[in-house]
Amino acid sequence: MTALLVLAVAAAGGVGAVARLVLDGLLRARVRIAYPLGTTVINVTGSFLLGLVTGLALAHGLPAEWRAVLGTGFLGGYTTFSTASYETVRLAQQRRYRAAFVNGVGMLVLALAAAGLGLWLGELG
Amino acid sequence: MHLHPRSILLVFAGGALGTSVRYLLSLAVPPVGGVPLITLLLNVTGAFVLGWLLQSLALRGPDEGVRRDLRLFAGTGILGGYTTYSSLAVDTDGLIAAQSVGLSILYAVATIAIGAAASVAGIALASTIARRRAERGRR
Repeated sequence: MTALLVLAVAAAGGVGAVARLVLDGLLRARVRIAYPLGTTVINVTGSFLLGLVTGLALAHGLPAEWRAVLGTGFLGGYTTFSTASYETVRLAQQRRYRAAFVNGVGMLVLALAAAGLGLWLGELG
Repeated sequence: MHLHPRSILLVFAGGALGTSVRYLLSLAVPPVGGVPLITLLLNVTGAFVLGWLLQSLALRGPDEGVRRDLRLFAGTGILGGYTTYSSLAVDTDGLIAAQSVGLSILYAVATIAIGAAASVAGIALASTIARRRAERGRR
């Protein structure tokens, strides 16, 4: 691990967080529903892409530095657990239990499937 | 839309900060029996702090000015970068592939459940602090 790699991971994380801000804002403006759709879309697409990066690293020798920058950096910064958890709790506090369940368990199941698909495609090459 | 250069700069700086803390901590603490306990710890503590932050800000007034800057820098930026959902998903799939199905379910469900409890606790802490402050103000 070099200082340069840490800086690259940090910068990629910053770019990922900005991508999350922009995509969430776009979805909020375009899709007017009372469900925090943005976080689900971000976390599921991010899980797919991290599966892909991990699969490529495991089966096709994607260098560890690239895995750190793209995976830990960009996709780690792009996806978020804290907001997902907060939104699940907020939905439950509003007594919207079905929406809270979908946001908590549904998002997890979708993300696991998306990550699995990414891993499979990545290892396939 | 949140496309003001100021918002982008705040989220970029916070995201870079949160991501580097997560990266360095995950390098320092290796997985235990294949389970990335550090990711669990980061996600749960991040959920707690975000609950506290968003509730504190909401109780102090509308989402504008300094409060909005703080939400974008610390909430969307730092805590968004510090926590991760993609690693949760890929690591859980990795445990399934390693034939540890029970452990993978335990890891994923524990993260979601303890994370939700942490969000509730963070929100409750902010409400309690605000109530005590209001009571002191009345005396």
